[in-house]
Amino acid sequence: MASGVKPRVKVPKSAAAGEAITIKTLISHKMESGQRKDSDGNIIPRSIINRFTCDFNGENVVDVELAPAISTNPYFEFEALVPEAGEFKFTWYDDDGSVYETSKKIAIG
Amino acid sequence: VAGLPKIGAAATGDDLIAEFTGGAEVGEGDLKLVAPEIAENGNTVPIEVSSGSAAEILVLAMGNPTPSVATFKFGKLAASRAASTRIRLAGTQDVVAIAKLEDGSFVKASSTVKVTIGGCGG
Repeated sequence: MASGVKPRVKVPKSAAAGEAITIKTLISHKMESGQRKDSDGNIIPRSIINRFTCDFNGENVVDVELAPAISTNPYFEFEALVPEAGEFKFTWYDDDGSVYETSKKIAIG
Repeated sequence: VAGLPKIGAAATGDDLIAEFTGGAEVGEGDLKLVAPEIAENGNTVPIEVSSGSAAEILVLAMGNPTPSVATFKFGKLAASRAASTRIRLAGTQDVVAIAKLEDGSFVKASSTVKVTIGGCGG
């Protein structure tokens, strides 16, 4: 349903073992709130991303529940621990059942 | 999130706080909410929540038609109990954050944001 959804994430290419790194994520999505009306006065149905998760090698970093009050193109910034080399996995869950995923590898060194 | 009770459209901010805390007392302390004093555009207002020991942080916009904004749950590999995002505010109002700390207690922080152009397109 939602078109043109594109996830973007910013993760450093490498980190020291045990280091805390900052991760920034943004996904292009209109986040239709369900409050707006079209020109005929009909309510435009809600269509948002309702959940975002970030995991590293299977361990959770953050799990966010989103309401319609999150802006268009949901943006999140947070910090993660990097205990070893591996892969961050990012997942967004759409109201329409779509799941958007992306991942980023990080090396130690 | 599966397993959570569905939040009805009529729920007020206070209802949502009671649901999150289970009616427990909410103190002040280990929680910081950063929001601008004045937001020209209510469609995208940057906010940041941070705490030393929060397991979960609930964010509410008390003056929006539906006050829910987001709930952050921090996992094992969260390096800090902090996150930033951008939110919609329908008008000038209080933004409230409630954190559930690791010891099971709840703390609250709030910030008033003046909004010049509302963000809910009503």
